[in-house]
Amino acid sequence: MKTFLRLTAVVRPYYLWMGLAALIGFATTGSGIGLLVTSGYIIAKAALLPPPGALQLGILGVRFFGIARGVLRYAERLISHNTTFRILAGLRLWFYDAIEPLAPARLLYYKSADLLQRVVDDIQSLENIYTRVLAPPVTALLVSALMWFLLGVYSLQAALLVMLFHLLAGIGIPLLTMKLGRGIQSSIMDIKTNQQVLALDLLQGIGELQVYGQLPEHLAVMQENEKEMLGLQRRNAVLDGMHESLTGFIMNAAVIAVLSALVSSIPGSGSGGIFFTVITLAVMASFEPFLPLPASLKNLEADTHAGERLFEILDARPETTPPVKPLPFPANHVIRMVNLNFTYPRSPLKTLDNISFTVEPGQHIAIVGPSGAGKSTITSLLMRFWNTREGQLTIGGHDIGLFDQENLRRHIALVSQKTYLFAETIRENLLLANPEANDDELKKALADAGLGHFTPKLDEWTGQHGMKLSGGERQRIAIARVLLQNAPVMILDEATANLDSITEKEVTATLAAVSSGKTLVAITHRLKSMEQFDSIIVIDKGKIAEQGRHDELMRNNGTYRRMWELQHSGKDS
Amino acid sequence: MNIDRRLFQLLKEEKSPFLLSVISGSMASVMLIVQAYYLSRIINAAFIDKWSMNRLMPFLALFALFSILRMLFSWVSHVKANSGSGIIREKLFSRFTSRVADLGPLYSRSVQSGRLSNTMLKGIEALDAYYSSYIPQIFFALFTPVLIVCAIFTDDWISGIILLLSAPLIPFFMIVIGKRASAVTEKQWKTMSRMSGHFLDMLQGLPTLKLFAQSRRQRKSIEETGENFRKATMKVLKIAFLSSLTLELVGTIGTAVIAVSIGMRMMAGQLSFRQALFVLVLTPDFYLPLRQLGTKFHAGMEGVSASREIFDVLDHGASLSAAAKDCIEESAAAGQSIVFSGISYTYPAGSHPAIDAVSLTLPAGKTTALVGPSGAGKSTLINLLLRFLEPSNGSITISGKAVDRIALEAWHRQISWVPQHPYLFNATLRENIMIARRDASATELESALEKTGLAGFISSLPDGLETVIGEQGARLSGGEAQRVALARAFLKNAPILVLDEPTSHTDPELEAGLRCSMQSLMNGRTTVIIAHRLETIRDADQILVVSGGKITQSGTHDELVRTDGFYRDSLYLQKEAAI
Repeated sequence: MKTFLRLTAVVRPYYLWMGLAALIGFATTGSGIGLLVTSGYIIAKAALLPPPGALQLGILGVRFFGIARGVLRYAERLISHNTTFRILAGLRLWFYDAIEPLAPARLLYYKSADLLQRVVDDIQSLENIYTRVLAPPVTALLVSALMWFLLGVYSLQAALLVMLFHLLAGIGIPLLTMKLGRGIQSSIMDIKTNQQVLALDLLQGIGELQVYGQLPEHLAVMQENEKEMLGLQRRNAVLDGMHESLTGFIMNAAVIAVLSALVSSIPGSGSGGIFFTVITLAVMASFEPFLPLPASLKNLEADTHAGERLFEILDARPETTPPVKPLPFPANHVIRMVNLNFTYPRSPLKTLDNISFTVEPGQHIAIVGPSGAGKSTITSLLMRFWNTREGQLTIGGHDIGLFDQENLRRHIALVSQKTYLFAETIRENLLLANPEANDDELKKALADAGLGHFTPKLDEWTGQHGMKLSGGERQRIAIARVLLQNAPVMILDEATANLDSITEKEVTATLAAVSSGKTLVAITHRLKSMEQFDSIIVIDKGKIAEQGRHDELMRNNGTYRRMWELQHSGKDS
Repeated sequence: MNIDRRLFQLLKEEKSPFLLSVISGSMASVMLIVQAYYLSRIINAAFIDKWSMNRLMPFLALFALFSILRMLFSWVSHVKANSGSGIIREKLFSRFTSRVADLGPLYSRSVQSGRLSNTMLKGIEALDAYYSSYIPQIFFALFTPVLIVCAIFTDDWISGIILLLSAPLIPFFMIVIGKRASAVTEKQWKTMSRMSGHFLDMLQGLPTLKLFAQSRRQRKSIEETGENFRKATMKVLKIAFLSSLTLELVGTIGTAVIAVSIGMRMMAGQLSFRQALFVLVLTPDFYLPLRQLGTKFHAGMEGVSASREIFDVLDHGASLSAAAKDCIEESAAAGQSIVFSGISYTYPAGSHPAIDAVSLTLPAGKTTALVGPSGAGKSTLINLLLRFLEPSNGSITISGKAVDRIALEAWHRQISWVPQHPYLFNATLRENIMIARRDASATELESALEKTGLAGFISSLPDGLETVIGEQGARLSGGEAQRVALARAFLKNAPILVLDEPTSHTDPELEAGLRCSMQSLMNGRTTVIIAHRLETIRDADQILVVSGGKITQSGTHDELVRTDGFYRDSLYLQKEAAI
């Protein structure tokens, strides 16, 4: 219930549209009833053989209601669909706005395609909250209230009887169906989630499945899942059919009840008979808006389920929030860490343990150490993906939390090990780094990053996650982005780890050219050209093991020297 | 082939539930007419003949009886249509997934995976409305009106004629408008897939967007996509709903005309009240199935559009050699050399061959290393060996037997594969490793973990081997993922070993530790290895330099070092970079 209320709050901006659609929906159904009632009036009146011309009012009525119903229905459908799409677009933005501050720290566990695909589906299923959940009960209520009122004027007894049957059809049977079908909808959604994971495993892990002979089994599991879901959907269909049929039956029961109640009221005069006929037809017609109620209930369950999952993600507090009065990025951007500790949530071990170092503007430093030593966490802290908890991290003497995150990231360029490429053109992927860049600048950046052959291909699509590009090409795109960003501080986080040695050498040379005069933090486990760094920080198990220039560290005979010798052994042949 | 015909073909394979549905539905229509008859008699008796309640009772009871029967028949009809649709969906799902499986990893990788899974999961589901509502409704739209007209003819032939005259207007309008609508609906389905792909891409790339301080800006792009979708869809709906407006109007105006006409004739004494009421009560039910056809047509169309993508996949690469599947020749690869003769391969979109008439031999039990610049064709050669690709020309043979004559599964049983980016399944670490051999013993598993240096890492995890990894669980680093793949290879213990940059994400310290156990893995196996770090392969029995889709040099380390070329250049470079 709480989830449902929160959902209705999300769609609040669309209340006006919804109200309009509901009113037109009511008028449409009303016209349908009007058509049948006035037709009944014509023949009942005619049965009494009145003077010619007595049918005029009825004839006018059927014409009016006949046309009104068709036109109103068209308007209603257009408006309600328009509302639906506005809601969908609104929900997407709402979700994006809510999730944007959470990335990436709070989304560590939601980073994958599958979970996000689920989110996209959940949002998609919520688009129907108006047409399929909110509108049908409102229309049914309005139509029946009108009916009670009109009937009540003529016969209180008939009005109460019809009210009883309306309540039965509108509340009794839906409750019964809901009770019988409780949980089916959520089970279906759970299976769908599971199926999504399996589909992902199939589509992305198909090579492994084939080579390990697991493909038939995997397909069998998916088929089993599909079967189970279809079984549940079949149960749903049985209940739907029951609900629909029962509603029809209750309509007939209401007709019988009203007939029986009114038979005795037909006096000698004709008007009693006319009312008798007209009311019977009106009662039949008044059940039409009750037909979509079962679907409405089912969708309510599905939407609540979807809503719960979305809120579960969104209810996380963002890791970092922008300061009220952000400082400008300082000209003297000396980076200093003092006694910094860091532990990831859900992790028992400290990732960074009492780290202190300083990077002066223009200095080039390297952070080296085995993988898992905590090197990349330093990047995350510098990019403010995570907050520092213990110890200090300052830029230009100010705590890093005092800067606006976006401004900070504009001044610190990062090339990481994994480069995400959007399923867009090369141009779009580059413009990300500098939306104002013109084609010449883009081409120059590509050429400088060693992708000269890409310059005529700016409008080419990069494929899903840039899969059409090789690993080396992807890294070079990342480097081209950095060139375009032109920030005073650069972080290279294993930037050349995936390149072959020739390319690596070229790219390293480019990077050296680009980084000259800039502050550079290079994170690596491959000890190459280490002499170029002003200082090398060796991290092992979250602690600083050693620090100094290459030759100093080599003389120290410590961790660094051991690493270096290991990597350079057997190369002298 | 015409899409509707293909969809109907699927229906023909599963006739019986649909027949039952249609028969029950027809019975429900008969009951509807009987009910209308009793209702008109009851009202007539009470209104005109002034019967008392007691005399009316039997008629009321019959009316109730028929309404119960009608309820049951329509229920059965609904349920049967749904189960029929379920059977078709189940079949289609199975065909679709096995087709994707046959197309293999390179196809899946070339298509946006969100789109493919969208078609697989939601596209097939979208067909539900087509089979469970639209198809039966086509029948009812023909049958029920005819039945009702017949019933009305017995009482009032003039009304029957009016109905008959107005009825053909409905299919006419439906065809005229429906044709245009279906083209647009299809376009819309594509837009929707694309839009959800775009939104997904934005969410996945959110960290990257934040890096470049572009995340707020992208909001606009999401807003625009949504707005474009709304506009595009509304354009479709304006047309789609126009058809239902016409249908609606034909129905309501028809009712109005009949009401007026029977009223006039009653005044002239040509028609009794009972007859008039019977006609009037049935008239809306005459138009109803036709009107519903309009709505269900729209819902069905969505399924038809989705099915186009389903059939696209089902038809894709229909030329795949199915022959190999029937072939059950087991072949023992151990101790057999593998020979590539004149192999060429051109990617479907490629302008020139990625592999150009390559001939090479992978000597039995020996290690062959492939080196060369990125994009030279090394991975393509491996994909050909793994039979993820089929050569456009030439053949791969093992002890004289063409490998494409060996059943794919049998061939894969001979191979252990360590890819550059191993895929980790949404399962526990144990399951992820044991996938290589389900019946491996605990000791074998432990030794594999030990040899790949995973043992220490696993013991640091609170849940150890039972830690759920993959997309939904803990994420492993690239190096750890590669070691999982190596552990799989150790467990599988197959005679052919394919290593595609097995340690590219591993640090040198660890790699040094792994080198010994990797050597033991390669020992005695026919091994192909790609490595950028040349120290990994200096001990290979044969080193092949691949460049521009051809083998440009071959030899051992010692031979190649003495020859000008890629190998010596990059060795020199690596050394230079290192010193």
